[in-house]
Amino acid sequence: MAIDMKQNNGSGKAILLDFTECIGCGACEDACEREHNLPADPPEDELNHKNYTIVLKEKGQFYRRMCMHCLEPTCASVCPVTALEKTDLGAVIYHEDKCIGCRYCMMACPFQIPKYEWGKAVPVIRKCVMCFDRVKAGGETACAWVCPTGACRFGERDRLLALAHRRIEAFPNRYVDYVYGEEEVGGTGVLMLSGVPFEDLGFQMDLGYTPLPELTWTVMSKIPNIVITGGLLLGGISWIIHRRMDIERENLEQKASVEPGADAKHVKPPDEEGQG
Amino acid sequence: MNLAMEIKQVRHWSTSRKIFWGIIGLILLQGLYFSAVRFFSGLGAVTNLTDEFPWGFWIAFDVIGGVALASGGFTLAFLVYIMGYHRYHSVVRPTILTAFLGYILVSVGLIYDLGKYFNIWHPLVMWNPHSVMFEVAWCVMLYSIVLFLEFLPVVLEKYNLSGPLRLLQKITIPVVLLGVLLSTLHQSSLGSVYLIVPAKLHQLWYTPILPLLFFLSAVTVGPAMVILESAVSARLFHRGLETHIIADLADFQLVGIIVYLGVKIQDLFVRDVFGCLASGQFECFHFWGEILLLVMAMLILMIPGMRRHPKWIIGSATLTVLGILYNRFNVAWTGMLRSSGGEYTPAVGEIGISLFLVALGLMAFYFIAKWLPIFPELKKRGEG
Repeated sequence: MAIDMKQNNGSGKAILLDFTECIGCGACEDACEREHNLPADPPEDELNHKNYTIVLKEKGQFYRRMCMHCLEPTCASVCPVTALEKTDLGAVIYHEDKCIGCRYCMMACPFQIPKYEWGKAVPVIRKCVMCFDRVKAGGETACAWVCPTGACRFGERDRLLALAHRRIEAFPNRYVDYVYGEEEVGGTGVLMLSGVPFEDLGFQMDLGYTPLPELTWTVMSKIPNIVITGGLLLGGISWIIHRRMDIERENLEQKASVEPGADAKHVKPPDEEGQG
Repeated sequence: MNLAMEIKQVRHWSTSRKIFWGIIGLILLQGLYFSAVRFFSGLGAVTNLTDEFPWGFWIAFDVIGGVALASGGFTLAFLVYIMGYHRYHSVVRPTILTAFLGYILVSVGLIYDLGKYFNIWHPLVMWNPHSVMFEVAWCVMLYSIVLFLEFLPVVLEKYNLSGPLRLLQKITIPVVLLGVLLSTLHQSSLGSVYLIVPAKLHQLWYTPILPLLFFLSAVTVGPAMVILESAVSARLFHRGLETHIIADLADFQLVGIIVYLGVKIQDLFVRDVFGCLASGQFECFHFWGEILLLVMAMLILMIPGMRRHPKWIIGSATLTVLGILYNRFNVAWTGMLRSSGGEYTPAVGEIGISLFLVALGLMAFYFIAKWLPIFPELKKRGEG
């Protein structure tokens, strides 16, 4: 798999979640709810339009679900109106004033993250925005800031990635040897360490390492070619056909004027009615 | 005026006519009810859509199915104006009208489906050239303008505006050409919409050549739709059926099916998913369904005794339309179910709104055909 190393080790902001250090206190959920004025009343058992992140437990280990803030986000690439945006800081943010509510982001997201306000007449998409306002002001995300154990750390992605690998190396018995998000769909801004295999936590391991937007772009990038080549080709075909029809008609008219009456009954003129 | 006179005649209508318009009336009433619910209480109140299954019946039928079935417009315009098959001229107007109404209905269907429908114009000013849907939005919008220009001569003719009419006739070929290009793009791009979900769409349908398959099937269903429209309007307006035209169009349809099935089967072979076909999975059943409909349509047109007979041609066209529609349902619905983990069957309101839109389209066609010279030559040709 050809992976752009620069992007993979990019220095955007990121979050490192170490599930083995999570004690399930739910402080991150509470902090997130307050930070974003969410109606949720944690603890909740599924990601929905009322929360941005949840803490769950599986096989004796706590783990979290939230937007992965992909390095090349599928949601931002499919959004027809750029309502979802990958910022230079790393956060994938949402502009609800731009959104038309087509839900293509929900369809396309490989992690099933964007949620929708189905019960509202004027709904918006809901998902974690990596506390963009706080981060822009130089702070860290509410969840990382409040986490009492270091299970949730905020920082530069390349440094957090290096830290993740150092930890796996230092405590090989504690972790499965995998940093989830390092290369998934081209790498994500949320990195995860776990003591339980990620598939047991419901994380898909078969997403591949290619950024999904490339699948569409290989086709989309050919469109200008198709338009120009196709336009010229069709125009040419049309010109040839109509030219030949004109010539045929002229010949018939000539023939008719040279030998009036002769054969005219047997020669059928091209069946051309008016256009329109 | 015409309408008022007709309403006075209602007493003298035949029973079947009364039943037909009665059903249309009921569909309109329930449509109004569900529309009110949808726009006042949101999508959750009328649909069975969930976070796990965010695109349902409206996208599958109203939008993706609707665009495919409106492909008669560009395929016929291509044949007549680009390839010079002027002998099909008598079916051009009803076909362009159907396509135009079809695209309007697709847009209306989209307004029902979009959460913030009042922002539907946003793709005009907020550009994301990486988004397939952005491209589809532009193509559909521009193509609707093309269809309007292609249909406008009928209105101009009605009111004897010969100046603008001559102007329009001069630009016919460039306009048609633009329409063919725009249609090629968005018909195929509706397939590209699903390229982004390799892990969600079932492997029987997910293929890198999805845009090609969508385009080929649109070109195939185009002639079939023209045949069906001819048949329906022959009946509705008591005019002769253009037997020789529909027989010709059936040939194009036949070639289309053969090419489409050929590419589709080759694709299964290349991706090595034949094993899946015999697996007895629920998706497998539906895949066979769409293939069998097309194979039946193909066989009918291959049997010498049947292929020139209007009844069989219409039958074959019906099977083709159903087969392609089945394919769109499979891509947008059946093939997405397993990965979503959720159960989705459309709610009564979803089907109700779709029926409502179809009924509106039929009514619009009926009244426009009574008002404008859609069928200039009402002479009988062949059997009706």
